[in-house]
Amino acid sequence: MANIELSNVSRVFQRDGKDFLTLDGINLTVVDREFVVIVGPSGCGKTTCMRMAAGLEFPTSGTVKVNNEIVKAPGPDRAVVFQQFALFPWKTVYENIDFGLRSKGIELEKRKKTIAGYIELMNLKGYESAYPHQLSGGMQQRVAIARAYALDPQVLLMDEPFGALDAQTRVVMQEELVKLARKNPRTVLFITHSVEEAVYLADRVVIMTSRPGKIKEIIDVKTVREQENWDKHTKIEDVMDLESFVHLRTRIWKSLREEHAGTDH
Amino acid sequence: MNDKLPRNEFWRLTIIGTVSFLAIWYLARFLQLAPPKFLPMPHEVIAKIIDLFHNPFAGHVLTEHMLASLQRFAMGFGLATLIGVPLGLMMGLFNWLDDVVTPLFDSLRFIAPVAWVPFAALWFGTGIGGPTMIIFAGAFPPCLINAYRGAKNVDIRFLEAANMLGVGNFRTLREVLFPAAVPSIIAGLRIGAGLGWLSLVGAELIVASSGMGNLIVRAQSALATDTVMAGMLSIGAVGVLIDILLRRIETMLLKYRQS
Repeated sequence: MANIELSNVSRVFQRDGKDFLTLDGINLTVVDREFVVIVGPSGCGKTTCMRMAAGLEFPTSGTVKVNNEIVKAPGPDRAVVFQQFALFPWKTVYENIDFGLRSKGIELEKRKKTIAGYIELMNLKGYESAYPHQLSGGMQQRVAIARAYALDPQVLLMDEPFGALDAQTRVVMQEELVKLARKNPRTVLFITHSVEEAVYLADRVVIMTSRPGKIKEIIDVKTVREQENWDKHTKIEDVMDLESFVHLRTRIWKSLREEHAGTDH
Repeated sequence: MNDKLPRNEFWRLTIIGTVSFLAIWYLARFLQLAPPKFLPMPHEVIAKIIDLFHNPFAGHVLTEHMLASLQRFAMGFGLATLIGVPLGLMMGLFNWLDDVVTPLFDSLRFIAPVAWVPFAALWFGTGIGGPTMIIFAGAFPPCLINAYRGAKNVDIRFLEAANMLGVGNFRTLREVLFPAAVPSIIAGLRIGAGLGWLSLVGAELIVASSGMGNLIVRAQSALATDTVMAGMLSIGAVGVLIDILLRRIETMLLKYRQS
C-alpha cells in the first residue's frame, strides 16, 4: 500500500520582500497504484505539488503524507523522474541506474540482474557503458525512467518527463510508459502540460487553476477507459481517435482554456 | 578584440616576439651595455644548463637540485591537495563546517607564503619540513577555495537526484560533488601549484641547503650570472612542466565529456 495525501496544502514564496501565494488549499489523495496526472497553466504550482511529495520542497501550511507519514526528506521509496532527466554525466548508463541500488545496499549479483532487466525493458541494450551525452534525449529519458523503476519505489513522481522530447519520441515514450504502468502498476503522480498525454496516461486528471493554484476539478478517466476498453489499442493514435477520448480531451481543454484566458498562453 | 587568431597567425606572432626578445638581448651585448660577466648570452645560458647537469654546483648537479625542490614541492602541494580538496568539498556540502572554517581561513590566507618562512624555519627546520610548510601555505588556499566553489556551484538537480536515490553523504561527496567540481578543482590545483612552486623558490633562497632556489642564491654570491640565469630558466621550465602535467590529469578526469 502506498498513497500520497496532500491535505490543505498552501505554499507561499517570497520575492522582493513580498509574499506570493502559489498553492492555495490543495486537497488531493492518490490511492495505491493509481496514476494521477496534474495539468494546469504555467506557474500554477503543479510541479511544486510533486516536489513536495518527493520531499524536495515543503508546504507553508498543511501536510503532505506518503504512506500516512509526513514527508520530511527525499528518499528512494519515492523515485523522481525529472524534466531535465538529471542523469549524472560522469556516470555511464549502467552506473546511473546502479547508483541508487548500491546505496540501498543490494548485493552485486542481484543488482546486475535488476539493471539488465530494465535495460532490456527500456530498449537500452548495447548502451550500458555509454555516457548520457552520447545518447539522444529519448534514450536519456529512458535511462532516467529505468533508474527510477529499478529502485522498486512505492511511489513514482514524474515532472513533465517527456517535455524536452520531440513529438515522435514522446509518443513512443508514452506508449512504453503505459505498457510499463499496466504491467507493473505503481502509485504515480505525473505532471504535464499536454492534455492528450494526461488523458492517455491517467486514471484521474487533476485540473488546476492559474496562480494561486487550486484544484479546479478532477476528472475520472479510468472508468471511461475500462468501459470503452482503450487498452486493446496499442497505438496512441488509435486511442486518440476514440470518441470517448476526444470527449474527455475536449472537456479538459475547455476547462483549461478558462484558466488561460487573460494570460498569454 | 577577443577573437581567436588563426593558428598560423598565432605562431607567426609568437616567433616575432621571441626573436625580437633575443635580438634585444644580443644587441645589449653588442652595444656593451653591461659587462659580459653580468649579462651572459642566451646560448651561454643554455650551455650552462647543460653543463650543470654534469658538473655539480653548490655540491649537487642540476638534476639533484631539481629533485630536492620537487620532493619538497610534492610534499607541500600533495598535503595541500589532500587536505584542501576534501575539506573544500565538505564545506560545500555541510553549512556548519563552512561556518567553522571560513572565518579562520579568511583571516589566515592573506599571510603571504614568504611571511611563513621565519616561523616555518623555527618550527620545522630548514631541511624538508620548513620548505614543505611554506609550499603548503602557498598552495592550500586555492586548493580549498576552488573545491569549495566547485561544490557550491554544483547543479542542484544532481544533488536532488542523489538525495532521491538515497545516496549517503560520503558517496554524494565522492561520486557527485567531486566529479561535478573537477574543472574548478583542477583550476585551483593549477593556481595552487603555481603559487606553491613560487613560494618554494622563495623559501629555498632563505632556508634550504639544496634545491633550485638555493642554487641561484649561491650562484649570486659567486657572481656567476650565467648559473643564476640557468637556474631561473630551469625553475620556469619545471613550473611549466607541472602545469602541463595537471592539464593532462584534467583531460583524463574529464574523459566523459569528450564525444
